[in-house]
Amino acid sequence: MPLDDVVFWVFAPIAIAAAVGMLVTRSVVYAALFLVVNFGCIAVTYLVLDAAFLFAVQIIVYAGAIMVLFLFVIMLLGVDRIDVRSERLWLQRPIAIVLAVGFVVEVATALRAGIGFATHAPEGFDLLQPAGNTQAVAEVLFRDYFFPFEATSILLIVAAIAAMVLAQRKVRAVTQAELGEELADGSEDEAEVEVAP
Amino acid sequence: MRTPIAYFLMLAGILFAMGTVGVLINRNALRIFMSVELQLNAVNLTLVSFARLHNDLGGQVLAFFSMVVAAAEVVVGLAIIVSIYRRRRTIDVDAAREMRW
Repeated sequence: MPLDDVVFWVFAPIAIAAAVGMLVTRSVVYAALFLVVNFGCIAVTYLVLDAAFLFAVQIIVYAGAIMVLFLFVIMLLGVDRIDVRSERLWLQRPIAIVLAVGFVVEVATALRAGIGFATHAPEGFDLLQPAGNTQAVAEVLFRDYFFPFEATSILLIVAAIAAMVLAQRKVRAVTQAELGEELADGSEDEAEVEVAP
Repeated sequence: MRTPIAYFLMLAGILFAMGTVGVLINRNALRIFMSVELQLNAVNLTLVSFARLHNDLGGQVLAFFSMVVAAAEVVVGLAIIVSIYRRRRTIDVDAAREMRW
């Protein structure tokens, strides 16, 4: 059994098991941690698919940054308060599972009719990237896709500002006059800023 | 590489289906969001698989862009969830119903 096969058959079941775990676990924190495992396994399959650069990006961006953000929000909102499970539409779950199985069967049928389950990837992918995957991706990125790349930088700035605007607390502005009055009252604490509910 | 490409696409299909189930059966906004991430990852796996099948690096670049957009989407989405939680003390998606009909 070639090494690629071994890696795939080890990590693909782990990825699926982690996804199942994410769906069935009752705790949101465990769900997030299962998702980290799943992202790690997908990263390894990228490595098998000769995408070393995306392997690193997947680990750093998804398993690192995005999941830390998720856990941070869970912590911010309070685990015990967001872990509610209301189930009023009891039909929804079986229907969703039946439809998902149908989707998987459909994908399998389409693959069988399309590229077939025995098609191997063509040789010569290494010849495309003599100096390694990262440099090859960089060449394509900065030559053919330079404008979209610059557009994403604008997107990221807009997203960062949007997040700050959306998540900020509204703090009532304290005028200079009020500040003076409070200081004149003196005795207690200095200029307490009231936070609107 | 000796593993057939179809196996990777099959794995991506299964993960996408499970993400869809997660979106459909949950009411907790954070869980729905995590399931959407799972779907995004499944699609990225598809892109990388096709890049390998067609010996074309464009697929990998597209997956890279998809990751960038996903990161931006997560930041804004989580900020919206935090803001909804501040307002109504719950992240049950059924609670936010002003714009439904």
